[in-house]
Amino acid sequence: MLVLALDTATPAVTAGVVDFDHEGLARTLATRVTIDARAHGELLTPHTKEALAEAGLDFADLDAVVCGSGPGPFTGLRAGMVTAAALGQALGKPVYPVSTLDALAADYAEVHRLLVVTDARRKEVYWARYENGHRVEGPDVCKPAGLEDVEVDLVVGAELLQRAVEPASPSPNGLVMAASPLFGRTPPPLTPLYLRRPDAVEPGARKRVSRA
Amino acid sequence: MSEKIILGIESSCDETGVGIVRLSEDGGITLLADQVASSVDQHARFGGVVPEVASRAHLEAMTPTMERALDEAGLSLSNVDAIAVTCGPGLAGALLVGVSAAKAYAAALDVPLYGVNHLAGHVAADTLQHGPLPAECLALLVSGGHTQLLKVEDLAGKITEIGSTIDDAAGEAYDKVARIIGLPYPGGPPIDKAAKQGDPDAIKFPRGLTGPRDPKFDFSFSGLKTAVARWVEAQEADGRPIPVDDVCASFQESVADVLTAKAVRAAKELGIGTLVISGGVAANSRLSGLARERCEEAGIELRVPRPRLCTDNGAMIAALGAHVVAAGVRPSSLELPTDPGLPVDTVYV
Ligand SMILES: [Zn+2]
Repeated sequence: MLVLALDTATPAVTAGVVDFDHEGLARTLATRVTIDARAHGELLTPHTKEALAEAGLDFADLDAVVCGSGPGPFTGLRAGMVTAAALGQALGKPVYPVSTLDALAADYAEVHRLLVVTDARRKEVYWARYENGHRVEGPDVCKPAGLEDVEVDLVVGAELLQRAVEPASPSPNGLVMAASPLFGRTPPPLTPLYLRRPDAVEPGARKRVSRA
Repeated sequence: MSEKIILGIESSCDETGVGIVRLSEDGGITLLADQVASSVDQHARFGGVVPEVASRAHLEAMTPTMERALDEAGLSLSNVDAIAVTCGPGLAGALLVGVSAAKAYAAALDVPLYGVNHLAGHVAADTLQHGPLPAECLALLVSGGHTQLLKVEDLAGKITEIGSTIDDAAGEAYDKVARIIGLPYPGGPPIDKAAKQGDPDAIKFPRGLTGPRDPKFDFSFSGLKTAVARWVEAQEADGRPIPVDDVCASFQESVADVLTAKAVRAAKELGIGTLVISGGVAANSRLSGLARERCEEAGIELRVPRPRLCTDNGAMIAALGAHVVAAGVRPSSLELPTDPGLPVDTVYV
């Protein structure tokens, strides 16, 4: 099946077209990635069109859409999720959300003990821990220092954690592999993993304007 | 040009709107669907729109609102010939949800995309109810987010700002005053209701920017809000009860007086015969009542769309999109950015 893979949960604007075969193997046909945390809304749809064109395909050829559901900085994350939702609705095709951290981990399924971290802004990281390809802890958000003592064989992701190696964003292949257990089923709701509440405070008592 | 179906998407503040219109060969515009999902209840306890809360709600509401609009029009997405979307002004994160969705729909359906101005959309809303605008008109936009006086020569291109608020928007003043006297958010409807029982002349609240040296067509509501707070505090300090109805009526009178006086004066000085009032506050009974009186006196035609078309919605964006399409404007790029501060003279991007 032909799958469009999108992710905007990291500074990368990622769109790729992936052929997922009967044996459960994914082959990426075309990818467009730009690293620009402020360009998700501007570039995602153009990237999608370009990737499809390079693969020699049209929107109508797609069988499904996979979209990273974070965790990620809110504004960029939503650009990807609403793009995926609208594409799925317009094409009448299922949209499968998948954890962005799981998608990053999917490219390292052979690693015994893996830690994945992505940039959460405010000098924090989103993270999850994996053993032999299965998530065993997280996702959560914390200061990088809180993860320094975690004993793993490999740290992948944002360089906020000094041990981390690239890539800092998931590949189309990883997105599709992580989502593949869902294929053929009714997709779960497209709910972003925010992990943080909106910064909003209820107003306290009204301040006086006249001098007491 | 054959008949076209234009879809409009709005997400600049706390309403997710999807509207659908038909643009006929003769240029006529017919409203086919107008669906809105509002997150206003989620903002009530904060006393104002919380951008992140609004953005989250837009994401959840986008595809269901689209579904409802298509159902209402009896159409499917494959019938759509063009997509218009609010690309500014508004809340950055909120705008991004609508614009991202609009791009995806336009790309998947292979139809042109038009990024359009929210404020011009408010003016276009009136054409859905009262038909084409005259060659020249004045528009007063009043809501929780904007207070502007515009000269509209061409909906699809020539709009000039004559005046605007230098501090709070009119609707914002309503919200703040409601909070001062213990009425719920949003403040417009409860204040309007209480004002009907009150005496508009009971308390003499100031009229902002109406002095001889003040800018003629700009507005200010911050001083009025402070004056209300001072008056209420003085009453409390003296241990007197607050006459809520009189406070509401007197406050509302000040707002309606300044807005209509400046709008009518602008129309007279510019020699414009039509005034359109739109935006959420246009539904206010005293504002429309006083505007009617003063326009009649001055021989100005007054057009106020029904409340449903005055508040933020997708139909107004579809209507503006239809005007832009009819004018033969080049579509926007799929790299269309959002612009939270998009100036009103930029009708399309
Ligand atoms: Zn508005």
